[in-house]
Amino acid sequence: MSDSIVVENVSKRFTMRYHRTIKQIAIASVRRQQLSDSFLAVDDVSFVVKQGESIGLMGLNGSGKSTLLKLISGVMRPDGGQVLTRGRIAGLIATGAGFHAQLTGRDNVYLNAAILGMSEVETKAKFDQIIEFADVGKFLDTPVGHYSSGMFARLGFAVAAHVNSDIFLVDEALAVGDRPFKKKCMERMREIKEEGRTLFYVSHSPGSVRKMCDRAIVLEKGSLGFDGPVDEGIRYLKYDSDDPNSEDDELGTDI
Amino acid sequence: MTTHVVDPDRVPDGPLTPPGGVGGLLDVFRRRYLLKLLVKKELQARYEGSFLGMLWSYVQPLVRFCMYYFVMGLVLNFSRGVENFAMHIFAGMVFVHFFTETFTSGTRSIVKNKALVRKMALPREMFPVAAMLVSAYHTFPQLLILTAGAVMSGWDPGALETAEPVLAGLLGFAIIAVFGTALALLFSAANVFFRDFQNFVQTVGIFVTWSVPMIYPFSRLTKSPLGGTWVETVYLANPIAEAVLLLQYGFWVPTTTDPAVTLATEMPDHLFTRGLIVLAVSFVVLGISQWVFSRLEGKFAERL
Repeated sequence: MSDSIVVENVSKRFTMRYHRTIKQIAIASVRRQQLSDSFLAVDDVSFVVKQGESIGLMGLNGSGKSTLLKLISGVMRPDGGQVLTRGRIAGLIATGAGFHAQLTGRDNVYLNAAILGMSEVETKAKFDQIIEFADVGKFLDTPVGHYSSGMFARLGFAVAAHVNSDIFLVDEALAVGDRPFKKKCMERMREIKEEGRTLFYVSHSPGSVRKMCDRAIVLEKGSLGFDGPVDEGIRYLKYDSDDPNSEDDELGTDI
Repeated sequence: MTTHVVDPDRVPDGPLTPPGGVGGLLDVFRRRYLLKLLVKKELQARYEGSFLGMLWSYVQPLVRFCMYYFVMGLVLNFSRGVENFAMHIFAGMVFVHFFTETFTSGTRSIVKNKALVRKMALPREMFPVAAMLVSAYHTFPQLLILTAGAVMSGWDPGALETAEPVLAGLLGFAIIAVFGTALALLFSAANVFFRDFQNFVQTVGIFVTWSVPMIYPFSRLTKSPLGGTWVETVYLANPIAEAVLLLQYGFWVPTTTDPAVTLATEMPDHLFTRGLIVLAVSFVVLGISQWVFSRLEGKFAERL
């Protein structure tokens, strides 16, 4: 009964079209060039996540991590198999994606929270916490187009991190922001984890995965390469040779 | 690996479901609060940094109205034998503008909001529906101006025996709202795959102006060699023409000296019955659009 995310034989195929206009297509077909090509970004992946588990999703660039995350968040739909989730999903799949440059910070908080499924009452109750966390000070009523990239990211993180959700997805969101803010983010993620929410964390940084997660899933060219304890997962990826004391490792800078 | 303990209080009630929801338009109306915020955002963004602000949405129709009245009414003399020709034009323009606005901005809506569509899970039908509501928001003041104009030209709502003029206007409004949303939904999805569609839609916009009895009276068609032929049937099957006729029925016919005569010469038979049928058909088109939209939606995130 306590399954939180069920991924069953999920595949996602992307089609690349080389030509977009009728002229290009005509010329290419006369020359007998290939018009399109497709590849499996996610290939027959299955796993079950229990409520309250924290999963570290790892893998090299292009291994399908972000696509899998989008399938779980519902932004994309699988071509094969099915994804099922229980409860409300929030997360950081690119911070501040829902922000509109012309709207003020305040309006954007309300809009972004509504997109994540919060009601007006819920947002009002959380508003002060969000603003305190984002720490944008007097710029709250300035259009976010004028924000520095750090402020922008902080506000985005603040909204997503305070939504009442049952599943929390994080996609390398900590790469932005200064060191104190990264620390604050990690603390907040730990709180979320301790509240018993399901945490699904995509990262290249073995240090932060080791700290945050109790299970690792490794993707390799779209297929499930490893699913099990974190330390073994890191060894599987051969990430453990990194200097464990480096700052990047600790704070999860994803390069 | 630490043993995993599940706190029963934290397990959300409710079943395992596909993320992102599958309710389509129903989801849009279930999340009215988000829809409200999106409409507000759209209104705010449109007049960003503009001194006249919302007034701009009246300048263009006003200029067009003056041009039609001058060229069609005075120079080409289409107004010959038509009383209150200005009211006739304006009643047509209100709905033609509502429709073309819904159609063009609705078609662009998904591509315009691609940042959101690519990253966040929300019912994508939100955007075309919001586009329709923004257009409707601009239409209401125009309807007020229309009513004021009608009153000044001696509007007598009791002059027609069959039905309420206001009811005719509302039926026409509903037709445009439903039919416009249906087309916006369909073309916004198509536009994701080929941006040609937004140009196509603008081309259709030009056509709409001429395919409704606005800058010429309906009797021009019935008295022409095309009257009574299949052309007239097709002409009347056009939901926009039907909506325009309904609005003219409510707000122009009662301002003429003998509404009964105007009704007989300038309006088709069974206008209300036709209106209800057109509305029903518009709902069917909406259903088809939703079906197509749901099938294409899965590819939005990767094609934008």
